[in-house]
Amino acid sequence: MISLAGRDILHSWGKFVLTGVGLGLLIGATLTMAGVYRGMVDDARVLLTNSGADIWVVQKDTQGPYAESSSIRDDVYRGLLGMPGVAQAANVTYLTMQVRHGARESRTMVVGFEQGQPGEPGYLVAGRRLLRGHFEAIADVKTGFKLGERIRIRRHDYEVVGLTRRMVSSGGDPMVFIPLKDAQEAQFLKDNDAIIADRARTEANPALNRPGVPGLLDAVTASQTINHSVNAVLVKVGAGDTAANVAQEIRRWKHVQAYTREQMEEILIEKLVATSAKQIGMFLAILTVVSAAIVAFIIYTMTLGKIREIAVLKLIGTRNRTIAGMILQQALGLGLIGFIVGKISATLWAPAFPKYVLLETADAMRALAIVMVVCALASTLAIRAALKVDPATAIGG
Amino acid sequence: MDDGIHIEGLSKRYGAGDTAVDALKDVNMRIAPGEVVGLVGPSGSGKTTLLKCLGAVIEPTRGRMTLGSEVIYDSEQGGWKTPDLRALRRDRIGFVFQAPYLIPFLDVTDNVALLPMLAGRTNSASRARALELLQALDVAHRAGAQPSELSGGEQQRVSIARALANQPPVILADEPTAPLDSERALAVVRILNQMASQYQTAIIVVTHDEKIIPTFKRIYHIRDGRTVEEAGEGREIS
Repeated sequence: MISLAGRDILHSWGKFVLTGVGLGLLIGATLTMAGVYRGMVDDARVLLTNSGADIWVVQKDTQGPYAESSSIRDDVYRGLLGMPGVAQAANVTYLTMQVRHGARESRTMVVGFEQGQPGEPGYLVAGRRLLRGHFEAIADVKTGFKLGERIRIRRHDYEVVGLTRRMVSSGGDPMVFIPLKDAQEAQFLKDNDAIIADRARTEANPALNRPGVPGLLDAVTASQTINHSVNAVLVKVGAGDTAANVAQEIRRWKHVQAYTREQMEEILIEKLVATSAKQIGMFLAILTVVSAAIVAFIIYTMTLGKIREIAVLKLIGTRNRTIAGMILQQALGLGLIGFIVGKISATLWAPAFPKYVLLETADAMRALAIVMVVCALASTLAIRAALKVDPATAIGG
Repeated sequence: MDDGIHIEGLSKRYGAGDTAVDALKDVNMRIAPGEVVGLVGPSGSGKTTLLKCLGAVIEPTRGRMTLGSEVIYDSEQGGWKTPDLRALRRDRIGFVFQAPYLIPFLDVTDNVALLPMLAGRTNSASRARALELLQALDVAHRAGAQPSELSGGEQQRVSIARALANQPPVILADEPTAPLDSERALAVVRILNQMASQYQTAIIVVTHDEKIIPTFKRIYHIRDGRTVEEAGEGREIS
């Protein structure tokens, strides 16, 4: 028996392919939405991996530097280094801000780190690591900065000496790494007018400016201008110790919060990305319904256009299941063309997205299965219409 | 007579009670194998209803129909003799329509071969049968063409070939010459006569077409659901 569906598709392949391309673009958008979500999750994991830490020590009762504001003293790490199981401990700061480059501004996350310690970018794609203590930066390639370019962070210019990749915040902002001291200053430094006003207020306060205590005012003023806070301490656990045990000890003996890699991943993915995931999930559901409606409409219209032929086929003895099979195969064919076009489209346009889009094969396979099921369901309307056709309509009168 | 088609006391009533309409009233017909008869009558006289009853598309209210040597319908013995009317239409009845209604996405050969394929014959055997019929109908040179590439006359010849594909004992032709000019209409009737004779098929031609009515040797006039048989002119087609 010949394939009626195949012949019909070949007969009107232009219309079929064009329809499939239209559907494919919609499927491509759906795959991309799924890829955006996967990209967010992957970015979160990469962010944690690239920090090189086993434990994140943050302000008590907060959820860490990526989820909430966290501020701890920059000497906490010394106490941590003395604890059993802690191999390395280093301060880090995170600050999302606009970084100026000439007339242009880029939204970035500025990371302050100590050279050779956890928090340093894991690898470079160009340039070198920081060698000087101040005013050098390593930027993620997504910032668009080039080696040797000068960028402005708050009051100071920094030279881009290295480029790294896949270093973005949980919000997708590319990172710029600068020395910790510079980052602390950038994060907590007040402007000149505020400093003058603060000094005047301190000087006018009789409790802080006692005539009989000559060094007091200078000491108080100095404490106001020097910042000793960081957002987190990254801890590397020594060989033979588990992060969970060390984190428990830190929580027990220090007045801070400590998260292991698994806990931090849970915060990032299940709390930070959760709302975005629901948002994308809604889009996916809507796009699936729209795709189903389009397939149903197209197949239904195509079937209505063949009512007379279907009546003739039924009159000359074609089984209902052959006719239903023809319509079902066409719907599945349309879905297959749409999926192929969608997959190719998503693969081609994904790199152009500002955020990382991760297209996973497993997602594509799931999408193919869903497309096929949706097409099969969408064809039922047309099949129902075809089965209701009375073969008598082929005979005049 | 053992073959052909034999209709006895066929009636068809639509509706019930006061609104009932008797579309066919005690129709009797007998067409021998190889014979082509005309069925003529004004609009609403019951021609199409009769064709639908003969084509096993609608069920008569009363009567008896015999196809070949087999009773296919007897109202006094439970109606249709076979539950599978689709197979009955496929294997025992050929249809030729006013417009050819060829399947647009199948080429000429497969339009004809489709019926044997539906009946379970192999693709190669079905196509061989199709080519044989296309040869007989002088359209074999268009075997690979799409229906849209054929002229009206060629399309109608292909539809006749399709009707003959499963060698049915009867062909029902519904206004087969309506869209054709005189020359082509007469050509179609000539072909129907040739095929009836060659394949020993009984053919009923429902028509309004004044050009072809004189060519029938026997004509059934139908009026208000009743048929009257009369001899036709049987004019030779040159």
